[in-house]
Amino acid sequence: MCIFGRGEKMLQYAFQRVLLALAIIFVAISALFTIMITLPGDPTTVLLGPRATPELRAAFRLSMGLDDPVLVQIANFWGRILSGDMGMDYNRNRPVSEAVFSALPHTMALVFGAIFWSATLGILLGAFSADNRNSWLDRVSGILSVGFIAAPSFVVALYSLLLFSVTLRWFPTIGAGEPGDLASRLYHLALPSFAIGLAWVGYVARIVRASMLETLGENYIRTARAFGLTRRKVIYNYALRVAILPAVQVLGVGIGGMLSSAVFAEIVFSRPGIGSLIYDSVSGRNYPVVMGSMLVAIGFFVTCALIADLVNAALDPRQRAK
Amino acid sequence: MMGQFRHSLLGRLLADPMAVFAMTIIVGLVVVAIFADAISPHDHTLMNLADRFAPPSSTYWLGTDNLGRDTFSRLAQGSRIALYVAIVAVSISGTIGLVLGMIAGFGPRWLDNLLLFIFDTLRAYPTIILALALAALLPRGLSTVIIVVVITSFSEYGRVVRTQTLSLKNAEFILAERAMGASAARIVFHHVLPNVLGPFFILAAMNLPVVITIEAGMSFLGIGVPPGTPSWGATLKDGFDYIRNTPWIIIAGGLPLILVTLGFTFLGEALRDQLDPKLRKSR
Repeated sequence: MCIFGRGEKMLQYAFQRVLLALAIIFVAISALFTIMITLPGDPTTVLLGPRATPELRAAFRLSMGLDDPVLVQIANFWGRILSGDMGMDYNRNRPVSEAVFSALPHTMALVFGAIFWSATLGILLGAFSADNRNSWLDRVSGILSVGFIAAPSFVVALYSLLLFSVTLRWFPTIGAGEPGDLASRLYHLALPSFAIGLAWVGYVARIVRASMLETLGENYIRTARAFGLTRRKVIYNYALRVAILPAVQVLGVGIGGMLSSAVFAEIVFSRPGIGSLIYDSVSGRNYPVVMGSMLVAIGFFVTCALIADLVNAALDPRQRAK
Repeated sequence: MMGQFRHSLLGRLLADPMAVFAMTIIVGLVVVAIFADAISPHDHTLMNLADRFAPPSSTYWLGTDNLGRDTFSRLAQGSRIALYVAIVAVSISGTIGLVLGMIAGFGPRWLDNLLLFIFDTLRAYPTIILALALAALLPRGLSTVIIVVVITSFSEYGRVVRTQTLSLKNAEFILAERAMGASAARIVFHHVLPNVLGPFFILAAMNLPVVITIEAGMSFLGIGVPPGTPSWGATLKDGFDYIRNTPWIIIAGGLPLILVTLGFTFLGEALRDQLDPKLRKSR
């Protein structure tokens, strides 16, 4: 693991990946913006909502430059975003950035909670399977993993709401908990993040199992065994460390899927967040908020995938060579 | 030769209990979808307000919903919607991905880079969040669901096909074809395409349940099927709205989704093991 020896190469790789990530965010959002402004119909209705007054519309048309060519409009749009202006939420009369950034932490907590569940349960299940390779326990955990992956997250959310919150009353049914009270927040977070994470428990378990079986065949593992370390110690202290790497990358890319699941978890458990913000904005035709939420959601996802990629590259030089 | 291959593949699948389980579910789904009208004990639109929120019984096998409609009949009709969207959306996105993937793998370097960048960009859209954004702009209906699925999923096929094409590009038998003066079209259609189809169909089989889930999810959010349509997601939405009146709508509404996703996923796994054991590692 020569992070320092090839520091320059790593830096070059990181630079390329960051540029690519920025380009992806730029193109993805610009494409969406273009669809929005070129769609048939009055863009002032689209951007202000149907309840805007004619005066507001005329002023808006002028100030937004809606008669400019599309490319100019895209450039202006990015100019505003970069200066921190994401537009106005006309339905509730507040800046879009305020709406979006007060929702984002809730969604991030949900996604990171899901990663926590999937990493802990998935790594345990995967390591356990590899430890008991080809036994009936291994087969059962393999079938369970596929079952977890296959179960649609919003059905899992609905079933767990029904079972644990409505019927057994172990967990709360709505909200994100008392502000400032960490215990209450975590209590409200447990079930929704579990519903999102369950599918990834399956993925992580399978990847950890596979890469662990591969690692266990390596020479240094045999050496460690030859030095008299117990089997258990070798598996859980040495092999696991290497076997976790591919799981990190999969979870990084998986955040896109988790964001989709978060929409359902936020609605089923009536939590605030980016998902429920977009959901409410769509039914109210509140396009500036939809646009702002998309920007933040895509930015968050691409950043996470980038970080996972860079962590992997830093820990495993083979990734950089590609 | 093809017949023998298929026979042996089917034979091998039948020896795998998980594959048999999976195929039973899928055949069941298709049968229910085709004969939905015949096997429905009630008219799925018939409202019987006296029997609202009925639990499962011999009259209403899976109970009734908030309007007294028979849940079993609605779910049977829903299987048609699920299957229709899955087949149409996977065919369209699969075809686009297949063509673009082969172009990327076989075309000039700059085109490959451009297509890869497009694939990467499309992957940056979280499916359901994009679905919500587009739902604000497009009319509500199954065509919007299909558009969302195609936009978010063709790049996946494109990537797999591209990788496969690239690995074939310099294979000896392709180089030999080239040396003999075969045209690019002949190489692509006669030699690359057949070798790409294996992984392609595995991915398509694995994507069918994903599409069914997206349709149900969008209908659950009220941005999928039009109101009143018995999509599985719409049934679950009714169950969610009336979760304190009866648990049965949610319990019954979730079952077909879970069974069908399990069925397709297990079949995809079994196919992958049979057709391409190498792929197993890379997942």
